[in-house]
Order: sequence, then C-alpha cells, then structure tokens
Amino acid sequence: MGEQTGTLELVRVFRWLHDLLLSTGIGEPWTTVVTYGVLGVMMFGVLALIALFLVWWERKIAGHIQQRFGPMRNGWHGWYQTIMDAIKLLQKEDILVDTRDRVVFFWAPVMCFTAAFLAYVVIPFGDGLIVADLNIGILYIMAVTTFTVISLLMAGWGSNNKYALLGGMRSAAQVVSYEVPMVASILTVVVFAGSLSMVDIVKAQEGWFVLDWFIVHPIGFIAFLTYITAATAEANRTPFDIPEAEQELVAGYNVEYSGMKFAMFFLAEFVNGFTVSAIATTLFLGGWNGPWLPSWAWFLIKTLGVVLLLMMFRWTFPRLRVDQLMEFAWKFLVPLTFANLILAGLVKYLGLVW
Amino acid sequence: MTGLRTEEFVVNMGPQHPSTHGVCRLMLTMSGEKVIKIEPVIGYLHRAIEKICENRTYNQCIPMMDRFEYVTSMSSNMVFALAAEKLAELEVPERAEYLRVIMLELNRIASHLIFYGVTAMDLGALTPFLYGLREREMIVDLFEMTCGQRLTYNYIRVGGVSKDIPKEFVPKCRETVKTIREKLLDYEGLLNENPIWLVRNKKVGVLPTDLAIAYGVSGPVARASGIDFDLRRDDPYSIYDRFDWDVPVRHNCDCYDRYLLRLDEIKQSLNIIDQALDGLPEGPVQAPKFKPMSFKPPAGEVYSRIENSRGEMGCYLVSDGTTKPVRVKLRGGSYSQLQALPHFGTGGMIADLVAIFASLDIILPEVDR
Repeated sequence: MGEQTGTLELVRVFRWLHDLLLSTGIGEPWTTVVTYGVLGVMMFGVLALIALFLVWWERKIAGHIQQRFGPMRNGWHGWYQTIMDAIKLLQKEDILVDTRDRVVFFWAPVMCFTAAFLAYVVIPFGDGLIVADLNIGILYIMAVTTFTVISLLMAGWGSNNKYALLGGMRSAAQVVSYEVPMVASILTVVVFAGSLSMVDIVKAQEGWFVLDWFIVHPIGFIAFLTYITAATAEANRTPFDIPEAEQELVAGYNVEYSGMKFAMFFLAEFVNGFTVSAIATTLFLGGWNGPWLPSWAWFLIKTLGVVLLLMMFRWTFPRLRVDQLMEFAWKFLVPLTFANLILAGLVKYLGLVW
Repeated sequence: MTGLRTEEFVVNMGPQHPSTHGVCRLMLTMSGEKVIKIEPVIGYLHRAIEKICENRTYNQCIPMMDRFEYVTSMSSNMVFALAAEKLAELEVPERAEYLRVIMLELNRIASHLIFYGVTAMDLGALTPFLYGLREREMIVDLFEMTCGQRLTYNYIRVGGVSKDIPKEFVPKCRETVKTIREKLLDYEGLLNENPIWLVRNKKVGVLPTDLAIAYGVSGPVARASGIDFDLRRDDPYSIYDRFDWDVPVRHNCDCYDRYLLRLDEIKQSLNIIDQALDGLPEGPVQAPKFKPMSFKPPAGEVYSRIENSRGEMGCYLVSDGTTKPVRVKLRGGSYSQLQALPHFGTGGMIADLVAIFASLDIILPEVDR
C-alpha cells in the first residue's frame, strides 16, 4: 500500500491486514491485491445496502408526497420490500433481443454499475473513513463518474432500438453539457479550500458548526445551488431525466434490459444519486464535521438530507424538453458558474474566505 | 461537418406506448429528435359497437354506449338516450332531467381531473396524477352509490334514468363540490406558474382557429383555439338552458390554454351542479308510459348531439319502427382531434408531441368505436 498521510482509521486497519498477510509468507503483489479486494467487497456491500435503502426511501417519500403510503406489506412500513424486489429481479428471465450488439449490450450495465462505485474510492464517510485520500480526489471523481455516460450510450447503441438510441444520445448530450457547470461550481470550492483532496476540503470547513461550511459564504451558496442543479442532471433525475423519459422514450436506454441487467442500471442510478449528494456534503456542507455525533453519522445525515432534496425535486417538477435543457445549461448555468468562479478567485485574493 | 450522413427514420409510437392513452399508433418520421411527419393509425380498439347495437333493443344498447366512451360514460349513455327520445318524442320527467345534468357534469369534472393528472404525468410530473385521481374518486363513489358501477354506469336510460338517487347523495355531492373547489386551488398552485410547466406548454402545439374549424375540432380544444361554441349553450339539450354559467374561451391556441380552459370548465361545471342540486324536484325518474322491451319508436332518422368533455358527441339513429335500431352511427370528439393532429403537431420535438397529444385529451375507444 502506498504511503498515506494522517491517522486514518481505515488505513490503519488495512495496514494491519496487509502485515498479517505478509507474515503468512504470501509474496508482495498478492498481499496488496487481496487487501484491496477485501476493501472493495466491503465498500460494495455498504453501497449496495445504501442503494437498497434509498430505493425503499424514495418509494416512501413518493408515497407520502402523493397521499399514499408506499410499500407497507413486507416488514415495518415495508422495510425489506426492496430486498424482495432484488431477489425477484435475480430470478427473472433475462430476455435478450436477437438483433442486439452482443458485446456492447452485455458490458453496458456492468460498466454503468462499476462507474457508479468507482467514485467511492475518495469519498470520506467520516474522519478517516476513506479508502484512499488521493491528492487529486475531486478531479478523480469528475473523471470516473463520466464513465456512466459511455455506458448509457453503449446501452442505447447495443439494444438496437430506436427509443434506446435516442435515450443514449440524450444522456450523452446532457451529461457532457452539465459537466461544465458542475466542474465550475466544484472549482469554486477548490479555490476556497486550496486543495483538490477531499479530506483537505473537509478540513478547511472545520471549526464553528455551521458557520465554517462553504455553503454559508454567499459565493459558496451560489455554487451550491448551481452544483445541485447540475448534479440533478448528472444523476439523470427529474426535472432532467430526459434520457429515460418514460412518457416519451418508453424507458430510454434501458428499454431492452430485463432481470438483473436492468437492476444493475437501476441500482447504479440510486448509487449515482447518493454520490452526487455525498460530494455536495463534502464540498459545501462541511463533510463529517459536526458536534456530539460520530463523524460518519454526521456525514450520513447530511448526505441523506441532500438526497431528500433531490427526491423532492423528482416528485414535484415536470420534465424539461431536451433543447430547453441544453439552453439552460449553456445560456444560464455556464455563464453563472464561471462568473461565480471568477468572483471566488477575487474573494480569495482579498482574503474574504472564512 | 461535411461527409457525415444523416437520415430520417421512422419510429412507431404505439400501439403499446405509455403516453398514447390507449392503443393509438402514431408513425413518426423523425430527424433526430424532431418530428417531421405524423401518421396516426387507428383501429386497434375497434369493437364494432355500432353494428352490435343493430341487434339489440334500445335500452340494451345503453351498456354498449358505456364502452363507447368509458371515461365519461354518462354522456355516451345520454347521447343515445337523447336520440331515442327525440325519435319517439318521449317526455322525460323533471327529476330525471335534473339527475342527468348532475351526473353529466360530475362526469365531466371526473374526466377533466383525469386529464389534469395524465397530462402532468406525460410531462414528467408524477404527483398531480394521484391528486387528480383522489378527487375523481369522490365522484366515482357518488356514482357507485347511485348505480352500483364505477366506470360503466349504464345509468341514463331511454325515458329517464335507471334508479333514483339514495338520500345520502345530495349532502355527499355538496361536500364533493366543496372539496373540489378547494383542491382546485392546490392544482393551480402546483402547476400553473411552474416555470418548467410554462416552457413545456406555452406556444407549443398551436392549433389555429381556421384549422380547428376545418377539421371539425370541438369541445375544450376548439374553445382554447378561440372558437366560442358550446352545445350546452348554443343548442341546449336536456335542461341546460335553465342554469346560469359561462362558456370559458381562450385565444392562444396552445397546450397551456387547453390546460387552463379545462380547469375553468371544472369551475363552471361545479356552478351548474350547485344550481341543479338546489332546484332538484321530487317525482318519478322514469317516463311512466315507457316500456323497455316493447319500445318501438316510429320509423325515421334522427341526430342528437351533446357537449362531452372531449367535444361534440353525436348519435345518428335510424329506426324502421321495430324494437331494434336499423343503424347507429356515433361521433366522438376525439376522432376529429386526432385527425387534425398531423397538421399542427409536426415541427417540434418528440417531447412536444407528447405534450400536444396529452393536451388534446384523446381517448381511443371513442376514435375506434
């Protein structure tokens, strides 16, 4: 394992595991591989649980917004409903279209799923609960989350279906457009914190409970709003869910997918929703910082709060049209975020950041 | 970029598609996202209702009418009953006329509430659908209380209505009217000023007045295109001439006006129901001389028309003096609107087409019969 800075608990645990493996006499490349394998499986387990929870939660929130209950039958308020759904999807027949592009069709959900999880390498779940504190953390996230769009395009192309292709094309156009304002709003925070590392960004917001978060700064607040808007589009959620607009494109890129392949897209979507919320928490809401509760609890509370916001968007807003979406990105969000970024630089130069 | 080959492609929207409201098939010629040509293909829901009616007595035809326009089956009952009564010059008791008006207007509101929900859902807002259906549920409960049915009522019969209302009906109906009036404010608050709703609907799907007239478009769609025409006022049937209400007309001809106009119509229908409940007389609900199985209207032909929530609904009836009609021809407002769609729906994105289709509020059983 590489040299890590700080006294991160996860790192200590894995150094211990690494040393344990070394002491059994297994050679060097293998010990690192096994250690990271264990780490990966652990993260995967946690995130799968989070995704299952989010599906259930979204259904409950949707239900309560719409004057109904949502799942109620399986357990207390249907808490294991999504687990049952996942089991059902596992048992489902995988219906395949004859005219599909075999390789592309198969790998699209795998890639989507993988890309969704890659970002969690650098997301700090708590003080020290980070897999690897890369010094280019946020840049790394921007790089890997964009893989999702390739997988959606692959799904659209590989299905050999016109609706799916339209969905794939839409998602490509949308994600590429919203990447720009998203990066610009993230850069505002990077200017403030003076670092690309997620841990350093969180540490820059330490101090008085709310007052030191970047969201409290006027510039940071504008950046937060633009980030949330762009992130909603990145995560393909209403009002920007045009790639899978069910009333227009039936289901968009995943129209030909069934069974577990569909479930992979579905879970990846929720993981993506959680990812963008986690980034928002880290960048603007002070990450794990907070009094009394353990750091991971603060992180989860804040992240779920942002997820709740995204869910409320989804169940109240109509959907934008594809050209209006582009107009909004390029004519409004991009100039706004860039102006904000320049202002942030000015404010930082004048020393008005707290 | 030169050398990049682009081509138009044909997409089948339907017959199985979430936003074609049934089994309409639209063959779309598209250039990327842009719709260049629309070809509606109908007939997937053809059940030969008109032909089946030729082998049934007049009151046996009424259940078929329920299936003709099932979202407002009260009015499809009404149009047939009206035609048969016109043919036989049958007097309908006063109380039955009032009940008919109450039921027709309640059903119009129910239909517009479905429109509200479904249109919002087609534009991606999922919550209004359940709001709309929640209030519709109260109306459907009223119908169930009266005739035992929730969708296909078979209530308005030749010579009156099938049953009198139970005594709880009037208070519950007043309560429903009051609730819907209150909830309408919620509906308007949720969508009317929503910027996304405005950009999706304003100046989208403009149906010019002359095109609307040329294709025989009627009902709310025509009134949103500036045509001040409502059969309830201009060719009154039943007892509509006794009530005091307005015909809402709008002039922007776009999807947004069609949406607003339907909300206005709900308010006017509530006014009519209020007045009808106030003036509801006592008495029989069936014409006393009328005998269902031996009802033989004199030979002749007649056309009756009423204002349905989707436009002019007509019934052309030919009798040869026996117990069964010789020919029944039904006209639904949806047919004309679907007919006009290829002429004003093109040029936009596929998302616009979904908005336009939703704003026309077409239902397919009325098109195919």
